[in-house]
Amino acid sequence: MTVLAQADLRLDANAIDYVLLAFYFLLVLGIGYLSRRQVSTSLDFFLSGRSLPAWVTGLAFIAANLGAIEVMGMSANGAQYGMPTAHYFWIGAVPAMLFLGIVMMPFYYGSKVRSVPEFMLRRFGKPAHLVNGISFALAQILIAGANLFLLASVVNLLLGWPIWVSIILAAVIVLSYTALGGLSAAIYNEVLQFFVIVAALLPLTIVGLYKVGGWEGLVDKISGGAGGAEQLDSWPGNQLTGFGSNFLSVLGLVFGLGFVLSFGYWTTNFVEVQRAMASKSMSAARRTPIIGAFPKIFIPFIVIIPGMIAGVTVTELAGENKEALLNGDAAPSGATFNDALLLLMRDLLPNGMLGIAIAGLLASFMAGMAANLSSFNTVFTYDIWQAYLRKDRPDDYYLRTGRVVTAAATVLAIGTAFIASTYSNLMDYLQQLFSFFNAPLFATFILGMFWKRMTPTAGWTGLVSGTAAAVMVFLLAETGVWDLPGQGASFVGAGAAFVVDIVVSVVVTYATQPKPEPQLVGLVYSLTPKENLRHSTTGEDAGWYRNPGLLAGIALVITIVLNFIF
Amino acid sequence: MAHESRSRRAGVFDIRLIIALLIGVYGAVLTVLGIGFTTDEDIAKAANVNINLWAGLAMLVFAALFVLWTWLRPLRVPEDVQAAQQESAQ
Repeated sequence: MTVLAQADLRLDANAIDYVLLAFYFLLVLGIGYLSRRQVSTSLDFFLSGRSLPAWVTGLAFIAANLGAIEVMGMSANGAQYGMPTAHYFWIGAVPAMLFLGIVMMPFYYGSKVRSVPEFMLRRFGKPAHLVNGISFALAQILIAGANLFLLASVVNLLLGWPIWVSIILAAVIVLSYTALGGLSAAIYNEVLQFFVIVAALLPLTIVGLYKVGGWEGLVDKISGGAGGAEQLDSWPGNQLTGFGSNFLSVLGLVFGLGFVLSFGYWTTNFVEVQRAMASKSMSAARRTPIIGAFPKIFIPFIVIIPGMIAGVTVTELAGENKEALLNGDAAPSGATFNDALLLLMRDLLPNGMLGIAIAGLLASFMAGMAANLSSFNTVFTYDIWQAYLRKDRPDDYYLRTGRVVTAAATVLAIGTAFIASTYSNLMDYLQQLFSFFNAPLFATFILGMFWKRMTPTAGWTGLVSGTAAAVMVFLLAETGVWDLPGQGASFVGAGAAFVVDIVVSVVVTYATQPKPEPQLVGLVYSLTPKENLRHSTTGEDAGWYRNPGLLAGIALVITIVLNFIF
Repeated sequence: MAHESRSRRAGVFDIRLIIALLIGVYGAVLTVLGIGFTTDEDIAKAANVNINLWAGLAMLVFAALFVLWTWLRPLRVPEDVQAAQQESAQ
């Protein structure tokens, strides 16, 4: 990315673009200020006082994940691999989101825990709680750093500022609204960000499609270029997984990405679950991920397609450049796939629309980073500080702690931004992280929720050995002992983590003592009275369009149809 | 819980209006740019589409719909606070 900036490929932004950008930042800080007045307890700060409507938490649910990593990384993937990238959305997100809303949310919201690690504490006790709390906090700091780095590279390209100046400036802006308004400020801004991102990317996609002569034109150009027509169909996606065999590729996608990675990420990642926990009723909490699934189904079209268009029209990425990059070499132009979206914007958008597109990119950066910070401060304050270090203080002590922790986390994220800058494809980096932390977590959760015999010792040993298995696969792939190119390594790592976690948990369970059953009410399916898991269907929760099951069914049908088309 | 309802009533604002404000201003600026200030060169660059004008108009329509939604289904704070309190009391 630095190579490109040095080559003087600055976006040609003028005064109008900066005014549009400034207006956006004014509203972002304004939301932080307005939300501050709603914060009077630590629950207000960390969970928005559990008061938000479902459409707000649903859009925030999706925007928290629609960070710069997603937007830039997925368009990079689009340029590199083409339509198979859509698996990250259709296989790798939607089913898990629906599962979270239908099956798991009743336990999360019904048990009134304040975080995912707190659920671990009540189900498995302290060791599992600590392992989960610390690994989650660590992952958030690393991911926040990746978000920061991406923003810095956007600003570097746009204004020519040094990377470190933009990293610090951006960190200060996100910090100011998350520390002031807590989760409400983060969530309201995420909703705003969602609309700005769409307002930025939809026109870009439409102009891009005109440029290549519509969908037909894109098909012709991709078929004729490096990578070939294989990039137009999402299945079997050999280039994406790095597996030569179609069967292994499909298996890797369905089990590795679709089952372990995606369920691990969407159902146990507190960044996401926290948004649902902030909603105002059980019904709204269940609808949060389901409402989020609808935009998620259609986001590939405004993220991947611009990437694919960039891969065949942008001079620096098309032709011999794409060929070189696909072979793992540097492109003669010095560009990388991560630049796809920026280069396409430069080529197509006039001033005015360009300003909004830049605002959209910066918005997506902030959405991601604010989500990392707001979930980090909750877990750190409730699950590490309050649980182990400073117990039984008055509530306003923890509210103040939350604000201080947010600031400290920002400083740490500035450090990790420099780690992120060493990976060429940021999505590879992220998938590695998720496979380390999330895949074993999902295995432990699903066993723990449905198997009352599972013991506290099994909880933490399963987690630790699962993470160790993922790290082993990562090291084998990294040192070249096991040759897994593309993103196949993280799929295999996630699969290994899941299987090892299950096996270890089962073996350890039969060797140790389970928790007494009365302590597991509300946490394990067979011991929870059915009415605790049901939501109300009256008042604000009435009507067929507010029925989680029906909404989930509609989303599922749309996803299946799209998989047949592409 | 008394202090909580006070803070919520004092601090309430409707995110829908802020979204409409942002997108509406963007739409107005883009529409004006598209009608008066977008050069033929710009239009040629964007594959012969006056994207400022069309995106601007679409954003104005979107903003108007959000204002309409806010107007038809206003926030009802007192009920929400009561419902939240009843639920947390259970």
